Amino acid sequence: MNVISIEDAVIGYGAQAVQSGIRAEIRQGEIFAIVGDSGSGKSTLLRTMIGLMPAQSGRIVFHGAPSFGVLFQNGALWTSMTVLENVMLPMDLQGDLPPAARRALARFKLALVGLAGDEERYPSSLSGGMRKRAALARALALDPRVLFLDEPSAGLDPLASRRLDELVLSLRDGLGITVVLVTHELDSLYRIADRMMFLDGETHRPVALGAPAELARSAESAKVRDFLSRAAR
Amino acid sequence: MDALLKSEAGQLVVAIPENGIDTAWLAQPLAELGLTSGRPFSRLRVESPSTWRWKTPDAAFLARLLRELDAAGNRIAVDGLPRELEKLLALARGGAPAAAPHFPRQPGLRERAGLRALTVADNVWAFIALLGEVALLVPRFFAGRAKVRRAELLEVLAESSSRALGIVAVTNLLMGAILAFVGAVQLKAFDAGIYVADLVGIASARELTPILVAIVLAGRTGASFAARIATMQGNEEVDALTALGVSAAEFLVLPRVVALALLMPLLYVYGCAFALAGGMAVSMQVLDVSAAAYAAQTQNAIGHAHFVIGALKALAFGGLVALLGCHYGLRAARSAAGVGAATTSAVVSSIVGVIALDAVFALCANALKV
Repeated sequence: MNVISIEDAVIGYGAQAVQSGIRAEIRQGEIFAIVGDSGSGKSTLLRTMIGLMPAQSGRIVFHGAPSFGVLFQNGALWTSMTVLENVMLPMDLQGDLPPAARRALARFKLALVGLAGDEERYPSSLSGGMRKRAALARALALDPRVLFLDEPSAGLDPLASRRLDELVLSLRDGLGITVVLVTHELDSLYRIADRMMFLDGETHRPVALGAPAELARSAESAKVRDFLSRAAR
Repeated sequence: MDALLKSEAGQLVVAIPENGIDTAWLAQPLAELGLTSGRPFSRLRVESPSTWRWKTPDAAFLARLLRELDAAGNRIAVDGLPRELEKLLALARGGAPAAAPHFPRQPGLRERAGLRALTVADNVWAFIALLGEVALLVPRFFAGRAKVRRAELLEVLAESSSRALGIVAVTNLLMGAILAFVGAVQLKAFDAGIYVADLVGIASARELTPILVAIVLAGRTGASFAARIATMQGNEEVDALTALGVSAAEFLVLPRVVALALLMPLLYVYGCAFALAGGMAVSMQVLDVSAAAYAAQTQNAIGHAHFVIGALKALAFGGLVALLGCHYGLRAARSAAGVGAATTSAVVSSIVGVIALDAVFALCANALKV
């Protein structure tokens, strides 16, 4: 079953198109990676998918209610709030749960990401990996059907990056959510992504769609094969 | 100087002197160093003394030589170089641009003026849109239905009130004292020294205290709003709110505008008290007027209308300062420099905006004869 359909979307800033002809069906429960050169429009596509900017043409359709959480590249935790308040805020803003229930649910989400006991800390006192996990807990606050992750490994050491990948896999398996991931980390891509789409920064079009290992062997584009084979070297 | 560059049987020879390449040769035309033009070369040989230890100028010179030879259509092999220098030159040669880099044409004066005008128009339009959005949200705020964090509102109230009391008191006290000094010198000559109380009272209550408090808050609170929101913008915190379906105007701007608009009239009354006290202190010293006589004269001079106008101005200035601070914060570039630029723009625009709005008040008051 598809969760999101990208129908011939053109994305960009102002009048300038960054990518065009984007077509993809994102399936329920898969980890779908958006990969490409620097400046090829990976994050722009993610920002368009979550509604922060409009598509220049084409459509991005959520099948069913558009329920999603987002892990931004820098975590984007609200620095004036504790970790617990950060996770509670999305529920506070919805306002359909009593405060005690919101608090309990937020504690549960923090426990899921391994931050039980750190609820009253402020983001500034957390390590980079902990901030990302706290932001992940916040992204899960409203039990989304789709989780968008923008460069989750950015700024993390390899160990923290691996732990975050394992956490994403566990959450996908445990919660049955769909994950859309923007990344340029090949190790991470091979570790967790079921399928990927490669955005070419030179032709401004997607040039490959499929499972990473399969594309590494048989992608039509030599650029994609070369890109994907670098991880194995 | 012996020729640095020589040609021998289709080879170009670089004869490195004992002390290596002189840095002056890095910019000197190759023809002056011995390169004969028009002759194709298939090989470059570097001859160096046995004691030669290559340094950066040597590498830079050889890289430049190879680049110019490549550009002239010679793709030549190089002999006689230490291995690490060979690698370095291969790197420099591979990275050399094939053609002159293309720089976009710089816009002319008229184009720059046009672009600037478009930016200003866009900025004004965005400010009007934000003003409209906040105006529509104000009733929701007072009905208790706005998506606003109480803790955030209290923090803004504290930031804009108790922490600003000292500076508001000092500036107004000094302003009242200065007005009294200036007035005393002039009015004393006409034996009308007691009218200093009228001068200080009316000028403070109607014009100067609202403006002074607004300028103080523009530099203090408006700048802090701009910096805070611009930083949030850079950290994607505003995006995180938007992704939750919460409008930044509602969650971030509304509490700040309401807090400052409500606090400003209170700060205005507080500032007025200090301005009058400053005037009284100077009058008692310079004009030998008693405190009771000064207070009575002030009471006679200041009518309700002056206070009402002053308080209305304070309310409007407070809203304007907060709105401009938030507006520039939301439009800030996502960088550290963007935070600085947003703060500066917020303060400058607030000061100009407050004075312009004061002029509008003056016109309205004149038309209404109050």
